[in-house]
Amino acid sequence: MSKDIRIKRGLSLKLEGEAEKELAEAPRSKTYAIKPPDFHTVVPKMVVKEGAKLLAGDEIFFSKYTGEVRFTSPVSGTLKEIKRGAKRMIMEVIIEADPEDTYKDFGKMDASASSPEAIRERLLESGCGAFINQRPYDIIADPKDSPKSIFVSAVTTAPLAPEAGFVLKDKVAAFQEGINALRKLTKGQVHLCVDDSSAKVLEGIQGVELHHVTGPHPAGNVGVQIHNIDPLNMGDRVWTVAAEDLTIIGNVFLTGKFMADRTVAITGSEAKNRKYYKSKIGGNVTDLIGEQTDAVRIISGNVLTGQKLSNHQYIGFFDNEVTLIPEGNNYRMFGWLPFTYNNIHSNSRTSLSWMFPNKKFRPTTNLNGEERALVVTGEMEEVMPMDIFPMQLIKACLAGNIEKMENLGIYEVAPEDFALVEYVNTSKIEIQEVIRLGLDLMITEVG
Amino acid sequence: MEWIRQRLDKIKQPFAKGEKYEKFAPAINALDTFLFTPNHTTQKGSHIRDAVDLKRIMITVVLALVPALIFGMWNTGYQYLVQLDEPFTFWDAIGHGALKILPMIVVSYAVGLGIEFAFAVFRGHEVNEGYLVTGLLIPMIMPVGIPLWMVALSVVFAVLIGKEAFGGTGMNILNPALTARAFAFFAYPTYMSGNQVWVSNAWEVDGVSGETILGTLAAGNDVQYSAMNMFSGVIPGSIAETSTLCILIGALLLVIAKVGSWRIMLSAFIGAAVMGLIFNALPAMGLEGNELTNFPWYLHLIVGGLAFGIVFMATDPVSGSQTLKGKWIYGFLIGFLSIMIRVFNPAYPEGVMLGILLMNVFAPTIDHYVIQSNIKRRKKRVNTTNAQVETAV
Repeated sequence: MSKDIRIKRGLSLKLEGEAEKELAEAPRSKTYAIKPPDFHTVVPKMVVKEGAKLLAGDEIFFSKYTGEVRFTSPVSGTLKEIKRGAKRMIMEVIIEADPEDTYKDFGKMDASASSPEAIRERLLESGCGAFINQRPYDIIADPKDSPKSIFVSAVTTAPLAPEAGFVLKDKVAAFQEGINALRKLTKGQVHLCVDDSSAKVLEGIQGVELHHVTGPHPAGNVGVQIHNIDPLNMGDRVWTVAAEDLTIIGNVFLTGKFMADRTVAITGSEAKNRKYYKSKIGGNVTDLIGEQTDAVRIISGNVLTGQKLSNHQYIGFFDNEVTLIPEGNNYRMFGWLPFTYNNIHSNSRTSLSWMFPNKKFRPTTNLNGEERALVVTGEMEEVMPMDIFPMQLIKACLAGNIEKMENLGIYEVAPEDFALVEYVNTSKIEIQEVIRLGLDLMITEVG
Repeated sequence: MEWIRQRLDKIKQPFAKGEKYEKFAPAINALDTFLFTPNHTTQKGSHIRDAVDLKRIMITVVLALVPALIFGMWNTGYQYLVQLDEPFTFWDAIGHGALKILPMIVVSYAVGLGIEFAFAVFRGHEVNEGYLVTGLLIPMIMPVGIPLWMVALSVVFAVLIGKEAFGGTGMNILNPALTARAFAFFAYPTYMSGNQVWVSNAWEVDGVSGETILGTLAAGNDVQYSAMNMFSGVIPGSIAETSTLCILIGALLLVIAKVGSWRIMLSAFIGAAVMGLIFNALPAMGLEGNELTNFPWYLHLIVGGLAFGIVFMATDPVSGSQTLKGKWIYGFLIGFLSIMIRVFNPAYPEGVMLGILLMNVFAPTIDHYVIQSNIKRRKKRVNTTNAQVETAV
């Protein structure tokens, strides 16, 4: 069996506003925040109170129902505010940062010479448990599980996403140490997927099964890679770690410090200083991009899966890019006429945009229509590279039919795998939300 | 444009949430969105969306129907005027046809959209665009001589029983346009077959020969039209079904725009050709055929409503098969059965209507088996991994 993967179905959106390959130091934010809603299904239980002094790496809260998973401070400073939302749910834990970080010392540790238990304990106490995700369900992994394999994707296919090769090029040593740690946590393989840019940087990594992935988005989604390499069956657990998060894990072992470094790319047609910035997890978005008007949508993450932010809010825990695109709250006269408004991209050919395969589009947030019943068939399959019937699975999720969802492969998908399906959908249904609710139902019913 | 927008916003005020006419908002929204694509923005999930929406899809199908419709208008006039033995121009023919056909279209849209709007208001959802296509299809597949009230009644039946009873657009099992035709066909057979209905005002002309080719064949007579006439469509028949050429132009647009499934179209034509070839081979097998079985297979493809049905009705995504593999099977069987019904049952010379309706009913079954094979594959994977684990232990 070939180790390399070629994805054929999919869609790589070409958008205006790619970040230049230039690394700059981000201005240090006054405040940083960890947002518990970023960790789906985690119910936070605070361990420190407002006003507490924190070192970088000090525990802030832990997960109430899987107590081992702890969440630590990305910077040193003072806990300024615990922001609560409806039903007193904790929305943001805001930390006023010191001008200079002082780190909690966990002690150096050689991952390849340590026992799995020691590694597990080190990951959890330093807060690195938060970086380990689990499939199925796309939630934070339960440390008690033993995964059948672990996947790390260093493949960039999402629109305007930061290039993995560029981000990782100075962090190879930490990356290797992270891999050494992960290897102890599974009886199976650690699979590392690379594309052309990251292959140059990561070719020498030891102890992994290397897969070269080519093809359009969503080839870079780890779910698609799992599906092709080691598909999930009922009851299986697979863990995934994002490439740059793995270097944070590696640094914990190499230096004994929780260095929450995050390279954030500023992208999108409305962004000014489109570059890569060295920053910390949970920075204030306005410190990075300045104050924006209402005409601009600030997205933490990429245009397909990101979170909408307002000025002065905080970048998401897992996000490594901020995208700025124009808001589209304007009317278009006779927008339904086929073969008009060809400056708006369409995967269907009712717009002539398909005649310009190299044109870079400048999309707005306009829905380009209204929600309707599901009518058109065949469009979803075009951008779904898994052996899964997308429309049937969506309908099973809407109906809450657990047996059918199981049969149609709900365990293999995450909401992000349906982002493109949602994009091309003629009926403008919020499909990622549907899949998320379907997964949540599976968690409560099956677990 | 700005001015129109402002006027519209003003008109819409009493329909806003909490206002006096809130209940009727779907009706006014339907009119508004017909003028302007609304300013709705994405809130959750993907922040950008494809330019396509249901209106675009439906209007593309309407555009694809236009060549066949214009030709149908001309042909209606031509078939009538040519029997009068008087000289006439192209525009005379178009004019005569338009006078016959436009009222049918108006009635179909008025009645159908009326019901759709009423249901949207009653159920509190937006008006779906599906009827834009159905409403044009229904008059196009009727004989020109049918009275307007029958068109209206067929529309009522198709929209109420064929569509809304199942939950509206996207939920119907049968193609609504064909449901309308089937209703008219079985309720008023004398208006839907025979040799009087295919030419307008046939009673004015003595000794009119307005029989369709399939009707002629079924009666055991020889056909007087050349293959070229059949292909270009200068023959009697339902309004827009006659010109295979114009239908193919529409098909081209549908396939290029990726609105109609080329899989269904291609496999349906293959299915029809295969069935035609089987019938053509009967004499070679020592069986004596009749006029219909001996009718060359390639001519079967271009007479009657076969091409129109395959291109515009079999490809209906709601009532057709939804899986890619299923579409091949579904299309093939439509072509196959259409010719079979046409040949075996001369009382129903238009086999394609029944062929498609039959396959509409079976499309979910086809999909079920296609999906079942996917499910089996997934279960097999579980079993093989379990077996591997056991041997390893």
